[in-house]
Amino acid sequence: MSGLLIIAEQRRGELRPVSLELVGAAQSLRRDGEQVAVAVLGQDPGRFAAALSVAGVDEIVTVKVPSQEFDPDTFAAAVGALIDARRPDVVLVAHSVDSFGYAAALAAARGLGFATDVFKVERIDGELVATRGGYGQKVSVELDFPGRSTVLLALRANMFKPPEAGAAPKVTAFEAPAAASRSVGKEFVELSAADDVDMTAAEFILTIGRGIGEEAKVPQFRELADAVGATLGCSRPIADAGWLPKSRQVGQSGKTASSCKLYIAMGVSGAIQHLAGMKHVPNIIAVNSDAEASIFTVATYGIVGDIFEIAEELRSLF
Amino acid sequence: MKILVAVKQVAALDEDFEIGSDGRDVDPDFLIRDLNEWDDFSLEEAVKIKEASGDPVEVIAVSVGPEEVDESLRKCLAKGADRALRVWDEAVRGSDPIAIARILAAVAKRETPDMLFAGVQSSDQSFASTGIATAGLLGWPHGAVVANLRYAPGAKTAVFRRELEGGLLHEVEIQVPAVLTIQAGINTPRYASLRSIKQAAAKPIEVLGLSDLAVDAATVGEAGSLSRVRRMYIPEKGRAQLIEGSPAEQAARLAAIIREFKGEAA
Repeated sequence: MSGLLIIAEQRRGELRPVSLELVGAAQSLRRDGEQVAVAVLGQDPGRFAAALSVAGVDEIVTVKVPSQEFDPDTFAAAVGALIDARRPDVVLVAHSVDSFGYAAALAAARGLGFATDVFKVERIDGELVATRGGYGQKVSVELDFPGRSTVLLALRANMFKPPEAGAAPKVTAFEAPAAASRSVGKEFVELSAADDVDMTAAEFILTIGRGIGEEAKVPQFRELADAVGATLGCSRPIADAGWLPKSRQVGQSGKTASSCKLYIAMGVSGAIQHLAGMKHVPNIIAVNSDAEASIFTVATYGIVGDIFEIAEELRSLF
Repeated sequence: MKILVAVKQVAALDEDFEIGSDGRDVDPDFLIRDLNEWDDFSLEEAVKIKEASGDPVEVIAVSVGPEEVDESLRKCLAKGADRALRVWDEAVRGSDPIAIARILAAVAKRETPDMLFAGVQSSDQSFASTGIATAGLLGWPHGAVVANLRYAPGAKTAVFRRELEGGLLHEVEIQVPAVLTIQAGINTPRYASLRSIKQAAAKPIEVLGLSDLAVDAATVGEAGSLSRVRRMYIPEKGRAQLIEGSPAEQAARLAAIIREFKGEAA
């Protein structure tokens, strides 16, 4: 058992950036003489070879499959066959919606060591150790994998630095076994924009979360956002409840606050999926009554207090 | 027709929690237990399908855990599950999601449902693995992060939309029986009425051991898990600089930060 196998992610013709972060993560695990191979699956996988030709990759493995987009049976069969052929000691995938769809099934069926949402990987005394969060990210948990010759790890996005330098790895084609696919992917659907807000373009965002308690409180925060000149955003529970349209949701399954410079989060606890959409913002101010809320771990400034009192006082100043 | 809904009783942490003496888990005295948020949505989805169906549909809630888990199963009964099953054996302690999936797969073999639903993930450990691992062990078709579902019991296929990153959905048609993991927000879970809570309290919860399911104790617990907890620790606290003072003073500081950002004089 040796070597690292990375499964790249592509969607609608684009390599997903997390693919290169996996390459970055692999470097700290690679032992002397070990090879790092990156496999990419698709109808025309060779088209992604250039984007994957980065430092730290020894080989790009193109796997031609009938389905251009993700399909759980196709991926499980092809990645399973790759593991059989290569016997890697570590397989890295992204902790993403695609890997949610097959990684656990593959690991369970083959008895691979397995952990998801891993944000730190290392070798301690030669043993592979993966760290992830527990109890709503309030603790960190180190996992090891005794007796497992191959370990499959799903790594959290935006935690590992992608390599910057280019390289010229060899490109190999891998023949995947034909898999009987029991589902058929159809079209992609963009979230219908219920209003024309573009959260990715907003420079100043005021976000409300579960802490507002009830729908009747939404208008006062909308009014506050208008008064201070911010775009009103929300966390997942608010959009799920239908209190604000999904187009205003910031986070992994919503929008990324990509242009944001100032982010005020009121009553947002800071679930990891929300943080994924905003933790990069240079100025974050969190207001929450729970001093232990995760949002304070990414905030520049924090106010521990009643969001309604703060909102009212703030409104009186504009 | 049957829909099996796998649910988990999750644990949130008390404010001043401590790690237990073995350094591998939180001291159980500091755990506050409740039904997993995602499972509320998957149960509701099953009950909605049952209510919309012309043919009789049985909704069965199943959970793996000790007696205290009955509280969450009663919640499921009050919200529309017809039956509740709980599986437990001391050998199950220390199981990772895959070991739990071995038990759920055995329950699915016994109940032979038309559909198995699980939440996308649990709010406490967030592996997002139990449902899909169960599918892998059963060899069933599976779909993850279902944000919209069209399925009529008895149909040979179902159509769902999986919720991708960045506000994109992907429509998929899948063969049935299948395992689907249900995303929060797919529906609006109902509140249980006082009357249904009372009725649920009187309903039996069937308790099964590993032998009832022909599950070998060596395949669950730590031995049957694909990972082992080496150490649990409280990470360093975040770096937020706290703004102290009265609400008025805190708001004034916040206003100054906003004005500075907007390039206005404070």
